[in-house]
Amino acid sequence: MATAPTKVEEPEQENPLTSGLERQPIPPTTLTIFGATGDLSKRKLLPALYNLAHEGALPERFNLIGASRSDMSDDDYRKLAKGSIQEFSRRETDEKVLDALLDGVRYVSGNFDDPGLYERLDTALGESDERAGIEFNRVFYLSTSPSFFAEIVKQLGDHGLDRRESSDVRVVIEKPIGTNLREARELNAAVLDVLDEEQVYRIDHYLGKETVQNVLAFRFANGLFEPIWNRNYIDYVQITAAEDMGIGSRAGYYDTSGALRDLVQNHMLQLLTLLCMEPPVSFSADEVRDEKVKVLHSIHPPGPEEVSEMAVRAQYAAGVVAGEAAKGYLEEEDVPPDSTTESYTALRLEVDNWRWAGVPIYLRTGKRMVRKVTEIAIALKPVPHLAFREEGAVGVQPNRIVLTVQPNEGASISLGAKIPGTRMRIRPVNMEFLYGTAFMSQSPEAYERLITDAMRGDATLFTRDDEVEAQWRIIDPILAAWGAESGPIPQYEAGSQGPAEAERLLQPGHTWRAI
Amino acid sequence: MSAPTLEGGVWSEQGTTPTDVEEALRDLLRERHCHSDAFVPARVLNLVVVADREWRGEIQNRLDNVGRYHASRTILCAVEPGRTAIDAWAAVGAHPGDGAGMIEVGQEEVVLDIGPHHLEHLDSIVDPLVVTDLATLVWSPHGHPEAVDALLDLAQVVLVDSVNEPDPAEAVRRSSELAERAYVVDLAWLRSTPWRERVAATFDPPAWRGDLHKISAVTVRHSPDSVIAGLLFLGWMATRLGWRPGAMVSHGSGLQGTAHGHRQDVRMRLQPQEAMSTPGFAGLTVQTASGLSVSLDRGPGGLSACRTDRRGREWRWTAMGASRGEAGILGEGIRQALLRDKSYGPALAAVGSMVAG
Repeated sequence: MATAPTKVEEPEQENPLTSGLERQPIPPTTLTIFGATGDLSKRKLLPALYNLAHEGALPERFNLIGASRSDMSDDDYRKLAKGSIQEFSRRETDEKVLDALLDGVRYVSGNFDDPGLYERLDTALGESDERAGIEFNRVFYLSTSPSFFAEIVKQLGDHGLDRRESSDVRVVIEKPIGTNLREARELNAAVLDVLDEEQVYRIDHYLGKETVQNVLAFRFANGLFEPIWNRNYIDYVQITAAEDMGIGSRAGYYDTSGALRDLVQNHMLQLLTLLCMEPPVSFSADEVRDEKVKVLHSIHPPGPEEVSEMAVRAQYAAGVVAGEAAKGYLEEEDVPPDSTTESYTALRLEVDNWRWAGVPIYLRTGKRMVRKVTEIAIALKPVPHLAFREEGAVGVQPNRIVLTVQPNEGASISLGAKIPGTRMRIRPVNMEFLYGTAFMSQSPEAYERLITDAMRGDATLFTRDDEVEAQWRIIDPILAAWGAESGPIPQYEAGSQGPAEAERLLQPGHTWRAI
Repeated sequence: MSAPTLEGGVWSEQGTTPTDVEEALRDLLRERHCHSDAFVPARVLNLVVVADREWRGEIQNRLDNVGRYHASRTILCAVEPGRTAIDAWAAVGAHPGDGAGMIEVGQEEVVLDIGPHHLEHLDSIVDPLVVTDLATLVWSPHGHPEAVDALLDLAQVVLVDSVNEPDPAEAVRRSSELAERAYVVDLAWLRSTPWRERVAATFDPPAWRGDLHKISAVTVRHSPDSVIAGLLFLGWMATRLGWRPGAMVSHGSGLQGTAHGHRQDVRMRLQPQEAMSTPGFAGLTVQTASGLSVSLDRGPGGLSACRTDRRGREWRWTAMGASRGEAGILGEGIRQALLRDKSYGPALAAVGSMVAG
């Protein structure tokens, strides 16, 4: 839970020039990326920084420092960064902007438990401040293996890099925050032993997606939906995150993680909280996160005997995806032949509060399914009385509201409409809104939004310690129950809708929406 | 917005009426929907453009180049001297997405060839063609103020580029007049946005905010045609910092004047840069009574910034950002139709007092 800040803040004089500006200034910042030569840094973070620079959205004064184990010079790192940005940027690079971004980039090498790394980092940070004649805010981005998170934070504390007198220090931590509740608590405790919660920015990059944020706009900016957003009108909810891809070369990570940890514990529970939360008093970080945590606390963690009734897991078997033969999970490279790691998970959860009591919320995620889609489908209850004769028509179907997160971001509503003709015959029609067709700009990448928020000090789209632990509190009993089982787990054909076993989660009259 | 880049149906007719054009748009939409039932337009903005017929192609090119920033339905009224009948061309389609899996961006376009006598009651021609309940933006890059006036009852936003008016006082008068009936988006103002953002950011660190009230001089170096943009910048600083600006008078090739601040007078200078060929700013310098000086100038990869303290120590850095180009400015102007900038109106009013008399 958030703790009170220890630094006594003096009231700041206002900057009248910022009033009315669409883009508010971000304080001068030095961003240090730990794991600067890793995949996430090369594919996401560095390109995101370039795109921010291109748009003039980086702070007026900005420094970048890479920190990693590989031994290389500043120049070598600049070359690596340049190549990564040119390969992975969402827009073609402007060489002048790219050169300006990389011009002053520094690199420090060393093992993350080596005090020497932090001494060199301290020197580099100090030199940046001295050159500019100001104290930059410092953001440390931990883009390393999770096993280093606690060590890096401890070393930052040991070297006095965890806080400053007249500027802010923040630490951004990538997922996963632990692999179970105990580890999450341990990591949070280790981090908060050094830092205040206000300094910690735990990333769930789903929250940086425009369409995920649009769930809040959809709910709280439209009088149309909120009156029906409750158990009186909603029959059930399905949240789906399906991928057509397999695990590729990620067996080393994925086989120790599985679908439940990889997607449900974080991204899908975040979608659930945005869908189910009460309107916050304001959209400040803690007001929003308080409401999300209330939702998570309203979900009853299953007892050992309840898990089989509310959770299903499975692995993909060989099949056909997009006309091509696809291997089964156990045949994938580096997957142990007796692995029981799930590539598919479906859950039935209930949010036990005044608004949602009795409304099943089905979650499912899987790899190697028929297609890639992430969506929230809200099935409304049927109309109480049917006055229409249904002969010769599909008839009146309960309305559905579908919020699609990817790939075709938008919303659709199914309505009953009369089939043209002399008789009153009804069929469902879809009314669709595609986000990208309506708005006249490109959505920024999730990491662009989140990096600027972290530099700005806005934690609204980051997960708080109690939020992460509340997520694990729901997931932990399922992991424990599955861990106690032996033998192979159910399978589903690659390229299919998922395992038949998922049907048993559904209450009478409910169906899985076709992916 | 020219046909070759748009995938979809096209319709045209000579000697037509707005009713026929509207019917054609409905038919084209049905046709497009039959071709692909996934085509579902989600619209946010109408754009009505009034342009000279002989420059129609150039305007279409400029609109093409705004990319994803285009309006949902664009109605281009091309004015041809001597024309009495209306000829129309309409297309409903989609620009292909930027890559695999990207959403196609729907667009509806109408080009009307009209005569000068249509302008006074242009609203009666355009009204049936705009999508009801959407915001409507009017842009008349070749003058035709009577057409803009006629459209003000159906438009909520007017796009102007004050640098097109050689007399700054007249530019201010017209924008102020329009602002009484609609929200005005001025491209001259938008060209100064990165400069305003950077000046605001430069003085944003708490330790430096106090210097804002010690500002004693502001110099804007600008393209010769962008006097009004420089005035708007000075007007913005004056209103944000509580200065009372006096009249700007000729000084060499530029203008200068004084604003009365809370603590000291502020010398304001506009210096045209003859070598600069594109509209906008070349640079600016802000000086304080305590001897601080901050300069921003166009440079490689962004704005080259230089801060000098009273002891003459210098710090240089680059405030990064790619040039948006004129297409980017126009695109931003269209996007701004959906937003509201509260600082333009007061800045415009301040410029009124700087150019009065």
